[in-house]
Amino acid sequence: MSSAVKSYGVWILAAILLLILPYIFPAGASITTMCLIGIMVIFALSYNMLLGQTGMLSFGHAVYYGLAAFVTSHMINWAAKSGVPLPLPLIPVFGAAAGLFFGIVFGSVSTKRGGTAFAMISLGLAELVYSSSLILRSFFGGEEGISADRTKLIRLFGYNFGPQIQVYYLIAFWTLLCVILMYAITRTPLGRMCNAVRENPERVEFVGYNPQFVRFIAFSLAGLFAGVAGSLAAINIELAQASFVGAAQSGAVLLAAYIGGVAFFVGPVLGAILVTLLSIKLSDFSEIWVLYFGIFFITIILFAPYGLSGLLMMHAQFWRGPFGSKITRLGKLFGAYVVALIPALVMIFGAILLIEMIHHVAQKGAEGANMHFLRRNYLTVNTHTVLPWVGGVIAMIGGFFAFRFTWPTVANAWHNALVDAQRSGK
Amino acid sequence: MAELIIISTLNGVLYGMLLFLMASGLTLIFSMMGVLNFAHASFYMLGAFLGFQISQWAGFIPAIILAPLIAGGLGALVERYGLRTVHKHGHVAELLFTFGLAFIIEEVIQMIWGKLAMDYRVPSFLDFSAFTIYATNYPAYKAFMLVFSIAIFIGLIFLLTRTRAGLIIQASLTHPNMVGMLGHNVPRVFMLVFGLGTSLAAIAGAIAGAAFVTQSNMAALLGPILFVVVVVGGLGSLWGAFVASLLIGLLQTFAIASDWSLSKFFGSYLSPTRGTILFDIWTVTIAQIGPILPYLLLVLVLIFRPTGLFGTRDT
Repeated sequence: MSSAVKSYGVWILAAILLLILPYIFPAGASITTMCLIGIMVIFALSYNMLLGQTGMLSFGHAVYYGLAAFVTSHMINWAAKSGVPLPLPLIPVFGAAAGLFFGIVFGSVSTKRGGTAFAMISLGLAELVYSSSLILRSFFGGEEGISADRTKLIRLFGYNFGPQIQVYYLIAFWTLLCVILMYAITRTPLGRMCNAVRENPERVEFVGYNPQFVRFIAFSLAGLFAGVAGSLAAINIELAQASFVGAAQSGAVLLAAYIGGVAFFVGPVLGAILVTLLSIKLSDFSEIWVLYFGIFFITIILFAPYGLSGLLMMHAQFWRGPFGSKITRLGKLFGAYVVALIPALVMIFGAILLIEMIHHVAQKGAEGANMHFLRRNYLTVNTHTVLPWVGGVIAMIGGFFAFRFTWPTVANAWHNALVDAQRSGK
Repeated sequence: MAELIIISTLNGVLYGMLLFLMASGLTLIFSMMGVLNFAHASFYMLGAFLGFQISQWAGFIPAIILAPLIAGGLGALVERYGLRTVHKHGHVAELLFTFGLAFIIEEVIQMIWGKLAMDYRVPSFLDFSAFTIYATNYPAYKAFMLVFSIAIFIGLIFLLTRTRAGLIIQASLTHPNMVGMLGHNVPRVFMLVFGLGTSLAAIAGAIAGAAFVTQSNMAALLGPILFVVVVVGGLGSLWGAFVASLLIGLLQTFAIASDWSLSKFFGSYLSPTRGTILFDIWTVTIAQIGPILPYLLLVLVLIFRPTGLFGTRDT
């Protein structure tokens, strides 16, 4: 009984959380955000079946997402027109089939080889499909895309899926299902062989498996789940556009998976949540938020190559011994983090102030000297005076040196926590 | 017809030479560090914008000299403080680092110069017609670009094969450890090659920006084509990059000038119903397919000849 609770408890908790989330965040905007997060979670996890599990770096994963979105739109339109009794919640099955189909077709040519060759072929195929979208207008619908009215389908239990909350539950259901399935795949022999192909394809061949075939299966399955995500995206905004198969979409999923951390199953989930939230919230504060986003990504690559989940998991080793000692140990460590965080925040503040002022002077000189820092009216900065520039430079450089000054404190706290954890035993 | 062929050949060779200026740096960097620099086209764009800005302040000649120097210096800094740090995390991290860098360079350029096209013009002393073929005037600036890029090509070959520095670079490509044993500072050679490669891309940007459009999306448009050139030519092969550059330059230029489609040849026998995929394929012209052709070539080459045309090593 307790082992069942242990292995299934987390999924039951996730299901309950998904059920009650709309009651915790009832605002319309929050529901919309949660829908986008659900779609991105499936998409990022499907991407991680390639990058994290099998070690294939793809620059064209949006192809399967986007093509499935178009198939979904056509499917909805066809079912609505011909009157076939096909309820909306079943539509993602066709998205999955489309993703699987294109995954098999393109996978059969691109997975023969791993490494850089695979990355290049994925890039070439992505550009090929995106360029074709401008030619094959009857399928891709040209500039405006293919729109589909999701309420025109046959009702299921009286729900027409017009209101966003109904779509939220549809997306939540499919998200949970896909996450469970993808987790289950990592626990099968196939999932283990994928890891083996990632680590050492030559050795896999010696053991008697065909690494090309393992890559092909992983790629097709990743296409299937990307198809579900694309299908849900088309249902969510009732539109499929050429940008769905574009490089920006492929880049976004790469960023989400990598920022979350590809080494752990939960990583892309964290990444998808964070990336979606940032892309929605940051634009409230700055026009050039994409720049900050890019700098954040580079920072992760340089200093935390295992992503956010990697950073979290580094702290798992301190979670030992009696409960009270765990708390005091982590408390001391986080105290040191706070000491380092303050000058780091000063440095970041200075850098952002300078970047915003440069942007204001270069792009909006015509609007006058006054800039609303972070788009807040109460933070008006006069860019024609010396003070904010000097202040920004001092905050940035001073913050940097103060930050470096705190490093020994953090390293010391880390060392003490490690020693303490080892002493408290298993 | 003859006029079309001559003009298209000239334009194709010019486009190919510009591609080669970029591809040569990219392929050199790949041979040394084993990393495909995703941000290479971004340095081309940086060259164009710096060239535009300096030409506004100081004129065209200083622009095409200073812009590559600045961009190359930035490239060397990126290698020293970025790539070298990330190297220990493996090739995927390196590739993603340059991917993120391309992202940042585009955003910084938009932050400073905005999203609209710049008014980067051909300098007045080169703004005349060099010669006339049939009825078409060939602009002097295009002739200048052609001569300039060929001169740099010859200079590069001379540098790599006839000078001591070139010999050290070539040796570092294949035997970096041995070169290090002989007392050369291999990491510094890497840094210089990265700077050289990015400054070559910036030269291409500075001279091409005036003839074509200088806009913040130019790297995203050109970047994938550059990869096609390097992979089709064979990763690490300078001659391969040269041949593939010309091939793709000519392929795209001739495709744009042609309005053939299936319906033009077989239209009298068959005509698919309007609004179907078959109809789309039937009526599409070669000019419309032009942008796809390089990627088709890339996929075919990677499937059937993974080493590329002249490559010796498997990608």
